[in-house]
Amino acid sequence: MVTTDVSVEQLERTARKLRRHIVKMLAIAGSGHPGGSLSAIDILTALFLGGIMRYDPKNPRWEERDRFILSKGHAVPALYAVLAEAGFIPEEWLWQLRKIDTPMQGHPSVKDLPAVEASTGSLGQGLSIGLGMALAARLDGRQYRVYVMIGDGESEEGQVWEAAMAASHFRVGNLTAILDYNRYQLDGAIGEIMSIEPIVAKWEAFGWAVREIDGHNMQEILDALHWAKEPREQPSIIIAHTVKGKGVSFMENNNEFHGKAPTQAELEQALAELAD
Amino acid sequence: MARPLGEATREAYGKALAELGRENPNIVVLDGDLSKSTMTKYFAQEFPDRFFNVGIAEANMVGIAAGLASAGKIAFASSFACFVMCKAFDQMRLAVAYSGNNVKIVGTHGGISIGEDGVSQMGHEDIGLALSLPGFVVMVPADAAETRAAVRAAAEHVGPVYIRVGRPKAPIVYENGCPDFQIGRAITVREGRDVTLIANGLMVAAALDAAEALEQEGISARVLDMHTVRPLDEATIEKAARETGAIVVAEEHLLYTGLASQVAMAVARLHPVPMRFVGLYDYAESGAPDALMRKYGLTADDIAREARELVNMRQKAAV
Ligand SMILES: Cc1ncc(C[n+]2csc(CCOP(=O)(O)OP(=O)(O)O)c2C)c(N)n1
Ligand SMILES: [Mg+2]
Repeated sequence: MVTTDVSVEQLERTARKLRRHIVKMLAIAGSGHPGGSLSAIDILTALFLGGIMRYDPKNPRWEERDRFILSKGHAVPALYAVLAEAGFIPEEWLWQLRKIDTPMQGHPSVKDLPAVEASTGSLGQGLSIGLGMALAARLDGRQYRVYVMIGDGESEEGQVWEAAMAASHFRVGNLTAILDYNRYQLDGAIGEIMSIEPIVAKWEAFGWAVREIDGHNMQEILDALHWAKEPREQPSIIIAHTVKGKGVSFMENNNEFHGKAPTQAELEQALAELAD
Repeated sequence: MARPLGEATREAYGKALAELGRENPNIVVLDGDLSKSTMTKYFAQEFPDRFFNVGIAEANMVGIAAGLASAGKIAFASSFACFVMCKAFDQMRLAVAYSGNNVKIVGTHGGISIGEDGVSQMGHEDIGLALSLPGFVVMVPADAAETRAAVRAAAEHVGPVYIRVGRPKAPIVYENGCPDFQIGRAITVREGRDVTLIANGLMVAAALDAAEALEQEGISARVLDMHTVRPLDEATIEKAARETGAIVVAEEHLLYTGLASQVAMAVARLHPVPMRFVGLYDYAESGAPDALMRKYGLTADDIAREARELVNMRQKAAV
């Protein structure tokens, strides 16, 4: 179980370290998705290491644990980084990302790692699975919460909105979505490929409690996650405004790094920028 | 032994599409936020008015394609093979196959040779899904030249088509283009007497390599490029069964539902002979493409081993 007395500064330092892990594991793997991993890592750090989620790394399938689903599965380096920091997997495993005969699949796989809650990578599926878990908690009288991170591009999938409608219809107060609103998808800027605006109005119209934050401001992230835990009879969503590639100057808002690993030289520059 | 690598078949697809766009103003193209990977970007750059990027919404994409087709357009719609076939299957069933709409689905990143991205992005079952839709022509070209021919043939054919192409650079099978390409007509890429190797996609080059290795051992292997899985060239398969008496089918796909099962049905009905199958029985994993092809048994060695065993069996029986 996690401690709750960790400071914002400590979390920021941890997030910086995990950013180093992300670029390093991607450089070693030689492929993968830096942009959406770096935009998500502050939120994942707060969730797993900021005393928000209850879990037991020694018993990853503990029935009372809070669940986290990375629906935008291509950001799996961010997930692996927090899982290592939280003690679910050894840090050495990070350097095996995407290698054959290892559990470190290129997208989250429940079959390979017990700390992964849902196999994702086909965008659009995670929120429905999270809703199922949230409903099961209610049936079984369990107290756990379910968190699902979705992408802004991913929000173009119809299934996301089917899940959104069903979650408010079923009044699941123990389900929280987090939108990583980094303004880019694979082919370009969200606004140019397929706009999702007005996004706040959409989620409100679907019956969700909505809160908008700066997804790189640790205090705002923590406040929003505490807000999400408040008892209510409707699902909640945190719309996190983020920067794709955040923390590495040449990756920020540069969608070339949506799905391209850094070279050795780029890795060195990134590590220098991310040094403590 | 290994053949020189040519363009990836997805690259050839994208370029062929742009070429067709220049010739025929009736061609429209749709993509689901993967135009940089499916290579529909070439068409998009030249013909922005006839290109629709629908975002990450494959079911919607195929529905729109059906509507465009019903209004007289030739609609090509692309995403990764797994996403377009799995997410838009119902739309393909009712709005394309059953309705007979002139939609061409091109799934890229077929098979496991995409490598490191892993199972969620791999097309293990796309061909089987396409085959389960009556009326769909289903093609799996072997290299860039054949892909150009298949895309052109798909545009000319009136009715639903599925073409699977791949991510990695493909070994060159057709050095001088593929002028005789015809939907439903297998290409005999190597003559042989003792056994027939039937393959499509990347496995054609592997089968040719296997045939060369077998020749060193005195086994003469015929190789058929079965680029069209439906309509299946049953006449050429029957002839091969009669003349060589043994057949190995190789495909980069689950064996339950792809080329292998189609060929086996034809052989069982027309001229039963011993058969072996090289393909997948389960989902793969992340890893380097070549290492995955070895681990999951999709190499020239795997094909040669099965062929050798069939020939040895027959020799023992004859003694
Ligand atoms: C169903 C589906 N279609 C297409 C893809 C290919 N793909 C991978 S990432 C991506 C863009 C995702 O954009 P977004 O959700 O905004 O993620 P982020 O910007 O956080 O990386 C696409 C289209 C996929 N993984 N799943
Ligand atoms: Mg995004």
